[in-house]
Amino acid sequence: MCGIIGVIDRGRKEMDGTQIRRALAQMNERGSGEGAGYAVYGCYPEYRDCYALHVFFDNIHENKKEVDDLLEQWGRIVHEGQIPTYDQPNLRKIHAPWRYFFKPDRSLMSWSPSPEDDIVTHLVMRINTDHRGALVISSGKNMGVFKASGWPEEVADFYRIQDYRGYLWLGHNRYPTNTPGWWGGAHPFNLLGWSVVHNGEITSYGTNQRFIRSYGYHCTMFTDTEVVAYLIDLLVRKHGLPEKMAVRALAPPFWDEIDAMGERERKLNTAIRLTYGPALMNGPFAIVVANPTMMMGFTDRIKLRPLVAGECGDRLYISSEEAAIRRMEPGVERTWMPRAGEPVIGRVNG
Amino acid sequence: MGGTIRIDAAEMDYTALNRQIRSAAASGATEVVLDHVLGQRFIADGLRGTVRLIINGVAGGDLGMFMSGPTCIVHGNAEHAPGNTMNGGVIVIHGSAGDAVAHSMRGGKVLVRDDIGYRGGIHMKEYYDKTPVLMVGGNARAYLGEYMAGGLIVVFGLGGGAAVTERGIGSGIHGGEIYIRGPVEDRLLGVGARKLPVGDAERKRIAPFVQEFASHFDMDAKELLAGDFTRIGPASSRPFASKYTWE
Amino acid sequence: MTIGSTPPRYRVSIDRDQCMLCERCVEECPYGVFRRNGERMSVNSRQCTACHRCIAMCPRDAINLEEQPVDYRSHPVWTRKVREAIYNQARTGRIILAGMGNAGDYPVIFDRLVLDACQVTNPAIDPLREPMELRTYLGKKPSRLEIRNGGGDDVELVTELTPNLQLETPLMIAHMSYGAISLNAQLSLARAAAATGTFMGTGEGGLHQAIYPYQDRMIVQVASGRFGVDINYLERGAAIEIKIGQGAKPGIGGHLPGEKVCEDVSCTRMIPVGSDAISPAPHHDIYSIEDLKQLVRSLKEATEWKKPVFVKIAAVHNSAAIAAGIARSSADAVVVDGFRGGTGAAPRVFRDHVGIPIEAAIASVDEKLRQQGIRNQVSLVASGGIRESADVAKAIALGADAVYIGTAALVAMGCRVCGTCYRGLCPWGIATQREDLTARLDPDVESEHVANLIQAWTLELSELMGAAGINSIESLRGNRDRLRGYLLDEGILRVLDVKPVGA
Repeated sequence: MCGIIGVIDRGRKEMDGTQIRRALAQMNERGSGEGAGYAVYGCYPEYRDCYALHVFFDNIHENKKEVDDLLEQWGRIVHEGQIPTYDQPNLRKIHAPWRYFFKPDRSLMSWSPSPEDDIVTHLVMRINTDHRGALVISSGKNMGVFKASGWPEEVADFYRIQDYRGYLWLGHNRYPTNTPGWWGGAHPFNLLGWSVVHNGEITSYGTNQRFIRSYGYHCTMFTDTEVVAYLIDLLVRKHGLPEKMAVRALAPPFWDEIDAMGERERKLNTAIRLTYGPALMNGPFAIVVANPTMMMGFTDRIKLRPLVAGECGDRLYISSEEAAIRRMEPGVERTWMPRAGEPVIGRVNG
Repeated sequence: MGGTIRIDAAEMDYTALNRQIRSAAASGATEVVLDHVLGQRFIADGLRGTVRLIINGVAGGDLGMFMSGPTCIVHGNAEHAPGNTMNGGVIVIHGSAGDAVAHSMRGGKVLVRDDIGYRGGIHMKEYYDKTPVLMVGGNARAYLGEYMAGGLIVVFGLGGGAAVTERGIGSGIHGGEIYIRGPVEDRLLGVGARKLPVGDAERKRIAPFVQEFASHFDMDAKELLAGDFTRIGPASSRPFASKYTWE
Repeated sequence: MTIGSTPPRYRVSIDRDQCMLCERCVEECPYGVFRRNGERMSVNSRQCTACHRCIAMCPRDAINLEEQPVDYRSHPVWTRKVREAIYNQARTGRIILAGMGNAGDYPVIFDRLVLDACQVTNPAIDPLREPMELRTYLGKKPSRLEIRNGGGDDVELVTELTPNLQLETPLMIAHMSYGAISLNAQLSLARAAAATGTFMGTGEGGLHQAIYPYQDRMIVQVASGRFGVDINYLERGAAIEIKIGQGAKPGIGGHLPGEKVCEDVSCTRMIPVGSDAISPAPHHDIYSIEDLKQLVRSLKEATEWKKPVFVKIAAVHNSAAIAAGIARSSADAVVVDGFRGGTGAAPRVFRDHVGIPIEAAIASVDEKLRQQGIRNQVSLVASGGIRESADVAKAIALGADAVYIGTAALVAMGCRVCGTCYRGLCPWGIATQREDLTARLDPDVESEHVANLIQAWTLELSELMGAAGINSIESLRGNRDRLRGYLLDEGILRVLDVKPVGA
């Protein structure tokens, strides 16, 4: 059981973190106080060309040098510093959150069509699989993930999330079953521009993670959500599928539905299921995924988890509960429940 | 209807080539000439009907595999296993061929003017009116007619020296017969093979095949038939029967 | 000195109070165990194979059967089995042939694996109410799709899919040739495959005319003897399977003795009546992996690339690397046959000592293919020792796409696993060509039994998946997360990539 929410302003008008903090707290019934987090896009305009790496160090003096050295092998640290935090009475600070603004050296992976992304992906996998007291929790440009173990308000106050501004926000209120108390296990999960918040449990995790492993992604967070970020990165960024088709792969129509389609549709959907069968996510889930230009929410194909969408002017909201949306935007113009497996997509204009 | 179609096979892959051959045959051509063939495998694979293919160049492996009816005339050498699991038709090779020629062939003829490699005619088998025939103008290498279960192999040895000088002739043979022009050393016979007498009846039996062979290659059938042949057949139809007992 | 006769394996006894001298047992037993002797039945236990036909048919339940009625002096090393093999070989000097699958005392890994179920954190699915998808496609899958995005809803598929077999349940009936089994048996299996939306293998025995109506459900085998193989046969099948090896006897060929080659068998195998059908150990056009590729492609070329081509290998030590080679050969599926695979006859020393269990083979093949990024190039079919629906679920969770069942399908038709197939006198009409015996097997009845079995396993598989919160077979495939090992050692757990129970 978890609560999720996301909002995008299609006109890129910025919002601070006050409202999403309230919305997430609205769903405290869905959480347990053992994990919450926020992802915000547009928060680092002054370093918009750098990859913002948010890292949890177990402690700075012991673990940081290794990461510094690794980054410098692969590019340049343009700027770095502690992520400011503010002690909260019930939140035990077990990590030191740090941020790097990093520019990879393209020439070091010149054979790749997307050398910078690939270098950063490699670094994230490398640091996170080595388990040497450092964990990269976000790695996109002009965005960041802020998460910890605690209630949504505590985590928000710990980072003073209300001081950050962005045009796209995701939030997650966690009720953990696998790795309670571990900061790395809190959502959102992120890789490059992709961030994911997830409610549910993916019964196909074993299949999904073994599938993704043969494409070089290593699941390191001991939880099923991270695999979603990797699957989407693979399908959309690497394989170039339109987002809608990527969701079709993750939550495909049933065979009897496919059988009843017209020939063109049937062929397309059959091909998707045949090719991406191991990417099919089974079990109950509602997911909101974002990248710098869009936000997308969808559920499992038999709709075992709730998901509500709402619209207000340029803004699209997706959440586990309508109440959370209304908490954020009392003037919401319309709300609806997306159909199982059908994505709701909001894109920035232009 | 009828007539010849030419296909330039230069740089063409075998699937495209076979597709063109099939469509030429389907359009009613009686002869299809393939120019510039260079190692394309599977030519005429699974092809039915009576079309005649003239193959100019080197035919790649498995020429005429599963073929059932057509004729392939190769002006050049063929690589390994022409006539593999062939059901009917004729392959004529104006040159030499590689290993496992006529492997598992059940019907039709493979006629090679020059030499063949190892395991020629391996596991050839016959069935009712189907009797596969492999004839070789030159020499054959080791394990000729291994596992042979039926049909006819003739080796003339026109290349000089003894026709077959290598071991394992008819190893495991349990049907069919092998004719080798000239003497064959006993030590070259495989397990379960034995020499059988050659009389007039045998000469008569192979004569029409020899004539056909000679006509393809402009040779003198009488000359080919002259001289002594060694005939090799199965010592028993159950070569390995004494190997086993039941639990 | 003489070795003397060994003690009888079975003792058959008749309850004289029950017996009404109907002589049904005399009629039913092809081995000659029973004889009417005046006012009583007399019994020759030495002829008995424990096929149970007499017991099943006795109207009065008057027949009793005891196994190993006479003990040897017990000894843990010098077992009855080894002693009797020595007596046999001392007498004959020959290789011992035996029927059915591996009879060695090896632990069954399937029985040391347990499946998962949902509690609280996500709901179990009731397969009767909710959709449950077992549809399985066997064949090559693209590693990625190319889709042209015309904007909005206008998306167009650019990638062309290669032919796949569509199964409605991930279990198929294994290759058992006409010749090894009777036509009635094969016909029953074919009808069952058609009725349940799955496929069956022809074995290396060609395709009898009676099976033509079900040819769309047949996977035609091309083995080293090439018996019955011609272009018509290849075109009739739904798919083609190249048999390299089989789990019951890896590395050796096959041999149908001439006496089993009757008129009809001769016809489908395309060999003369009474002639031995010898399948060489290797294919003589395959001496290397690149030759396999050539055979695969020759079959595709002959059938104009319309048929999936499977390659079956016995599970041996290096199966994973071999399968990776096969995956690159343009084959569409790899079938791995574990060392418990059944057979009509195999040298006992092979049957019991060569090869590896299917569980380990699937795990290592699947893992190797994934490591090399080519898992999508081939489907993986597991066979050899699949005895119940739980085995199917576990095989799929370890990484198989589908399984073949052989012995289980025969048991569904009455087979009692007596292991005497090689005698050709199967009293159940399965492994025999003798007309009075094959007539005992009614395809109308037995096809239903086999279809029932497939249906029942399919239902159980749905239930197991539902309990695990999975509604599509894709999500069980390779989902080793949903398996735990119970009392398996660390080495095996590593190979299986499965955690121990409690972890």
